[in-house]
Amino acid sequence: MLKIKSLVKRYGAGDPVLKDLNLEIEGDQVVSVIGSSGAGKSTLLRCINRLVEPTSGTITLNGTDFTALGKRDLRIARRRVGMVFQSFNLVDRLTVMENVQSGRLGYISTWAALTRRYPKEDIRRAFELMERVGIAHYADKRADELSGGERQRVGVIRALMQQPEILLADEPTASLDPKTSEQIMVLLRDLASELKLPVIINIHNVHEAKEFSDRIVGMRYGRIIFDDLPGALTDEAMHDIYAGIPHADRQVEGKAA
Amino acid sequence: MEQLALQEWSRYTPQQRFQRYAWFALATLVVAWALASVNIVWAWVWDAPNQMGDLFGRMVPPDPANLDQILSALLETVNLATIATALAVVLALPVAYIAAQNTTPNAVTLWIGRFILVSSRSVNTIIWALLFVAIFGPGVVAGIVAIMFRSIGFLGKLLGEAIEEIDPRPVEALQACGASHFKVVLYAIVPQVMPTFFAVSILRWDINLRESTVLGLVGAGGIGVILQGAIDTFNWQEVSTVLIAIIVLVVTGEVVSSYLRRRIL
Repeated sequence: MLKIKSLVKRYGAGDPVLKDLNLEIEGDQVVSVIGSSGAGKSTLLRCINRLVEPTSGTITLNGTDFTALGKRDLRIARRRVGMVFQSFNLVDRLTVMENVQSGRLGYISTWAALTRRYPKEDIRRAFELMERVGIAHYADKRADELSGGERQRVGVIRALMQQPEILLADEPTASLDPKTSEQIMVLLRDLASELKLPVIINIHNVHEAKEFSDRIVGMRYGRIIFDDLPGALTDEAMHDIYAGIPHADRQVEGKAA
Repeated sequence: MEQLALQEWSRYTPQQRFQRYAWFALATLVVAWALASVNIVWAWVWDAPNQMGDLFGRMVPPDPANLDQILSALLETVNLATIATALAVVLALPVAYIAAQNTTPNAVTLWIGRFILVSSRSVNTIIWALLFVAIFGPGVVAGIVAIMFRSIGFLGKLLGEAIEEIDPRPVEALQACGASHFKVVLYAIVPQVMPTFFAVSILRWDINLRESTVLGLVGAGGIGVILQGAIDTFNWQEVSTVLIAIIVLVVTGEVVSSYLRRRIL
């Protein structure tokens, strides 16, 4: 279970990007986070594995308080959180297998990483997962030879190789065409239920969010203003999440404060 | 009347035009002053074509009597350049790492890295060679160290810039996997810098080949030693043989390095 409590993130001296945010995610549900650009979706996701350092608040994953961890413990804890990125973030000049195996970098020895002698069990698991998403025959191809959809599949498998307890996806389909985008969403949903893995997806496509998730969280300005089943996301709720321009919102907040 | 006024157009205002002439006059003045301040014996300058013809006459035909010596010196030159490049490549890696803003551990190491680069680059190979001949005595060792010192700056600077220009997104992804700092360097940074690393190393080997031909002039080994000896003894026919040998060497180096670059990139 992931439990986020009174999370605040402030860049520099400005207005906080996340304002006293609370969120709990249980079981193996797929949670979509929606909200306009600048609402703090990406920052929220990156605070969970501390790619972005939270200003205050606690983030607890199955009993481990991530915010309290030192450098070394954080590295070990990060193995338990898989992440999928909008621009895939693969290493272009490495092969698909090397990219997939880099999900295991937190587990294997430096020597094994350097010489590319991966444990047999890891290779077996990699092929199994790659077979599952249809990219096994690309194992020896360079990552930059693949199409966008295929590259994102590599990105997903890399994250799953960590055997994570939760999967974070930061706009995983925003760089893909509509059809490929849907395939990736199907894949994320199916893999999540097969592996009993909770997934948090930042997404701009509300349609896909409604179709593929068990729960929708709407953010506006660093706060959660909607948290319910997809069916409850009415036009009115949508309006509250997306309406207005950030600047105006900021001024209203300024007056209130 | 209105239309006529609109047809008047000029690229520069009178003031801009005056400024441009003023700059031009200033530049001419600087060149004139430079010419006046250096001591040129014009009689020698006008005599140069005659002297050239005379020297050329003494150089042909090239004398191949010492060809075996020249060839072995040539080989020494190639090896000198290769060894120096190899050493410099190894030593430049850590320097590049600490001189790149995104990988250096802290401000002090960044400062140290940049200092090494600047001091290596601001001193010419021949000056390094003079210095190391004084330390190691005349010979190949001084030459190797001199070329190595100059190359570290060149390689370190270009590699450091390559490190600074990498795509940071894979780095973020591998950090998110829980990879250690060293493994992130190994998997996310090294593959991205690899093409530059090879291209720059080959380019530097090519440059070092040319630079090592003149090292002998200050006694730091290679073909230059024979060239200097031949000039000192007015053996112009041998000088021309050495010059031809150097040209062949440099052209060959150029061909080899451009072939290797094509293969890698």
